[in-house]
Amino acid sequence: MHELALMEEVRLLAEQELRRAGAQQIHRLQLRIGSLSGVNPEALRLAFAVVMANANPSGEPTSLELEVVPTLCFCPHCQQTFAPADVIHACPRCGALSSQLLQGRELEVVQLEVS
Amino acid sequence: MCGTCGCAEPPRRLITLQQGLLSRNDQQAAYNRQHFRSHGLLAVNLLSAPGSGKTALLEQLASRWPQRPVGVIVGDLATDNDAQRLLQAGARAVQIRTGDLCHLEADLVERAFAQLDCSGMNLLVIENVGNLVCPTAFDLGEQLRVAMLSVTEGEDKPLKYPALFKSADAVLIAKADLAEAVGFQRQQALASLQAVAPQARLFELSTRSGHGLEPFCHWLEQHLPANHGQHP
Repeated sequence: MHELALMEEVRLLAEQELRRAGAQQIHRLQLRIGSLSGVNPEALRLAFAVVMANANPSGEPTSLELEVVPTLCFCPHCQQTFAPADVIHACPRCGALSSQLLQGRELEVVQLEVS
Repeated sequence: MCGTCGCAEPPRRLITLQQGLLSRNDQQAAYNRQHFRSHGLLAVNLLSAPGSGKTALLEQLASRWPQRPVGVIVGDLATDNDAQRLLQAGARAVQIRTGDLCHLEADLVERAFAQLDCSGMNLLVIENVGNLVCPTAFDLGEQLRVAMLSVTEGEDKPLKYPALFKSADAVLIAKADLAEAVGFQRQQALASLQAVAPQARLFELSTRSGHGLEPFCHWLEQHLPANHGQHP
């Protein structure tokens, strides 16, 4: 359940941006989570509900938008990108295993909507 | 005032951040990496499930590593049992009690490292909290990441927990002496590991018999920083 620790970081980042913008309320928060980031989206939603419960002075809840980024690999033999079918990153054209991950490890705060 | 309808609600604004959730940890990890290097240390992050034998491996390493003592930072939720075991085995050990934290973070490692006398040392192992999921995303500033799997856990762990094994520079299959007794499917385990983690070097070893430790030690030695031993 490291999602709680990650969400604490999100809250720190969000509050910092809120102060910088001179705003009071966070209406919406958009996160980008790679499918290989080791984060469980459901656990992250739960952590969000706990950590962001009283984020706004008005009591208005902040909404969470989660973008899950699918895994994308590069096959050096075929010089092509591919989306692996499962946790074994085998190229669908030549069958070679790829350890070149182009996306899938993302853990980012993308956007905040504030006022 | 709101620009659209004239109500008293202040206008909403979008702030685009594109910032990593782990950026604070990553900055601290980059600092740690530099710090370890400046001390001539090879830093290894050792990860496994609880009970795989991380501490037993380090007890062996503490007496076999050519340049002793070996430094260990060990993370557990509670107790300093592991640090005590490692001290008795001749290592210099600092315990981090994480409380309810299921993984180590780079700033915890920095604070523990400050308590470690690293004179005459060229190997520092960070024994992470026993967990195959949570520690994966946290860079601690290590140069090498070693994942460990014991035969008693079953051969399908790499398929069940791919993220950790995919991030590892090496994977150790431990308690190899028990493989037969627990019906460990060795070929299947090796095949899954090679498929899930083609980047990782594989070592099979037994800390009880010491079998297989030499090749692992040799692999670690090949990664020692060029300036080791030059720091006072």
